[in-house]
Amino acid sequence: MTTHKDDKKVGTTGHNWDGIEELNNPLPRWWLWTLYATIAWGVVYVILYPAWPLVNSATGGVLGWSTRSEVAAEIAAVDAAQAGLRSELEATDLAVLAANEPLHRFAVQAGASLFANNCAQCHGAGAAGAPGAKGYPNLLDDDWLWGGQIEEIAVTIRHGIRNEDDPDARYSEMPAFGDILERAEIDTLVTHVQSLSDGADPLAGEGGQLFADNCAACHGEDAKGNTDLGAPNLSDAIWLYGSDTESVTTTIRNARYGVMPAWGLMLDEAEVQALAAYVHQLGGGEPTPVD
Amino acid sequence: MTSPTPSLYAPRLPIFPRRVSGFYRRLKWGLLVVTLGIYYVTPWLRWNRGPDMPDQAVLIDLANRRFYFFMIEIWPHEFYFVAGLLVMAGLALFLFTAALGRVWCGYACPQTVWTDLFILVERWIEGDRNARVRLHEAPWNTRKWRLRITKWAVWLIIGLLTGGAWVFYFTDAPTLLVDLVTLSAPPVAWFTIAILTATTFVFGGFMREQVCIYMCPWPRIQAAMMDEETLTVAYRDWRGEPRGKGLRRRAAAEAAEAAEISTRAAGPQTGPRSPLIPMPGLPSGLTVLAAPKPSTQAKGDCIDCNACVNVCPMGIDIRDGQQMACITCALCIDACDEVMEKTGQPRGLIDYIALSDAPREADGNPPQSVWRHVLRARNLIYVGLWSGIGIALIFALFLRPEVEMTVAPIRNPTHVVLADGTIRNAYDVRVRNKLGSEQVFDLSLDRTGLVVTVEGSDSETITVPADSQGQARVYVDAPAGSDMATRDRSDLRLWVTDLDSGERAAVDTNFTGQEDDQ
Repeated sequence: MTTHKDDKKVGTTGHNWDGIEELNNPLPRWWLWTLYATIAWGVVYVILYPAWPLVNSATGGVLGWSTRSEVAAEIAAVDAAQAGLRSELEATDLAVLAANEPLHRFAVQAGASLFANNCAQCHGAGAAGAPGAKGYPNLLDDDWLWGGQIEEIAVTIRHGIRNEDDPDARYSEMPAFGDILERAEIDTLVTHVQSLSDGADPLAGEGGQLFADNCAACHGEDAKGNTDLGAPNLSDAIWLYGSDTESVTTTIRNARYGVMPAWGLMLDEAEVQALAAYVHQLGGGEPTPVD
Repeated sequence: MTSPTPSLYAPRLPIFPRRVSGFYRRLKWGLLVVTLGIYYVTPWLRWNRGPDMPDQAVLIDLANRRFYFFMIEIWPHEFYFVAGLLVMAGLALFLFTAALGRVWCGYACPQTVWTDLFILVERWIEGDRNARVRLHEAPWNTRKWRLRITKWAVWLIIGLLTGGAWVFYFTDAPTLLVDLVTLSAPPVAWFTIAILTATTFVFGGFMREQVCIYMCPWPRIQAAMMDEETLTVAYRDWRGEPRGKGLRRRAAAEAAEAAEISTRAAGPQTGPRSPLIPMPGLPSGLTVLAAPKPSTQAKGDCIDCNACVNVCPMGIDIRDGQQMACITCALCIDACDEVMEKTGQPRGLIDYIALSDAPREADGNPPQSVWRHVLRARNLIYVGLWSGIGIALIFALFLRPEVEMTVAPIRNPTHVVLADGTIRNAYDVRVRNKLGSEQVFDLSLDRTGLVVTVEGSDSETITVPADSQGQARVYVDAPAGSDMATRDRSDLRLWVTDLDSGERAAVDTNFTGQEDDQ
């Protein structure tokens, strides 16, 4: 490389800034060969890989490679890698799942994404029920309509609640007491039921008499509900449809009829198990009693 | 085609650096041994960290995201240490460039060091400069093939060792060596070795100065970091010119003598010349002041022997002045000093010079001391910044906590009402166990009346395996009607205690209650 202005072998480019002139040095020849190599590479690439955009697609390239097929292959690879865990999860008794730490972790992770895809629409992304709406149970608390043991949760998910699609769906129907009781009786009952959260005796007084005659069959004489019947616990602090007078009046007069699809018809067994494991560890899951 | 147009593309002109000896050559050999020694030996140093931990002193464990350096272990969240070291490296480069020019390029750059090694091999096999020029011009006969193939083979072995040493920094070296020998090493190891072998072979054997001139951005950047006080390799043209040898030199001397006689009445024309910059640490012979020269010699000290050009690995002529291609390897200084000694003239015709001294020396005055050039505000600011960051990093290293926890309150929802009216807040808690054995960490709060539970366990403890991060969902429950349960937001401090060592750390977070309790 010529660096000196006085060297007569090369001229200058004629550019001159404040007396500093630019020498017209030739490029190294290997640089030229590198340029040719990149051009050759470009030609080969255009032949082998998708390159020219067309109106609705692009040239495919003789290798047939595409990002879409690559993603499909990666998904297939992940599915294949998880196949063992999936079949293991499908065959595992949920009661002892938590003891198998790696499988439990897999189930919870899978359950989390299944929940986001299938359950979050009603139960909320945080599983605390639909924001601003009533009647979608909060899954984070320790109050369960149909039982909080992991197998009970799995049954609820698999068969759903009050749907026509699955004959094994959880089913219970509270009568609409608006047709059975007088308005004054309902008002008395509303006041009585509201007081149950504060620890009042379920069977005391006029309201207690009405409760014993009409409600205790399902909700129990202690008002603690019955998860076999899906009858809510009326003595706790949790009110699915609200604890104000208007809400409770509406509930007693018209009854509520919450529904849930039978997910066993849409998801496979491993996915149902994973969802049950996920919901069970959200904070309120109850241990399976040891026989 | 009447006038020959210059070619747009020039082939590389081969360079055959001649062997040279002297102070700077010895210094460079020393640095070569030290730097290559560090590079090849480091992965084999061992350091005991406990049974479950790697025992390699310096290890970049990409798979597990850890960096080990003797007693120091860096986790990914402590990457600021690496950033700090990189900033220090940058500032050190600024400092060295401002004070001593391109010393990095000339002495320590891997391109320079490996090229030096490759040229050494070349000289052992093919002979010194003249023999190599002859071999280059010789036809491809058996001898040339034999020498060339021997040389390329040795280069390839060096390249292989270079790439081979690199991969040892990323995994346990003895294990990998066994895997390499038994051909069971992972493909990435082979791939890395292949690439580094190829680049070493090509860059050190064939590209050489082309890498510095055309591929490296550093020559352009460094030009902006040097100033007239920077000590750099330069030619004392006021002392050397006009250059000449043999008959021309004698003629020039006679002309000079005649000129001197004719102007003798006007007083002495040659004063004390070319005093050298007193360099601390250099042999005293280098700093001897120039003796007054007999006027019968030529005006210039340069005898145009081209020794400085012949030894230059960049193939340039330092007498052309400062230039981008010069990596200041200082070999021309050694070459010229050898010649100056033979011709009985003072050394230092080519020397480390600050350009601000040039007019001073040309007028016959002594140059400023080397300390005046080095110890100036700009360099001192660089040193200050460099050591400031270094001290901060050392403090950070010793002050970093043994126990570390992060707490992320779950905000969707902010709180949950349990059946008995208890208000529950949930937190994602991560605890780092930096020790080489499994540890149990206990969680506690800074106030009473609240209950802490870890999801999936009956206790308040999190068990974290060795050298990893444990994650748990932690619930804090406030009883119904309590102060925290009915206040919208309360401050809360979560303590984590290592039950083995008693070491603990705290994280401040908050607790959300239900203010409007219906």
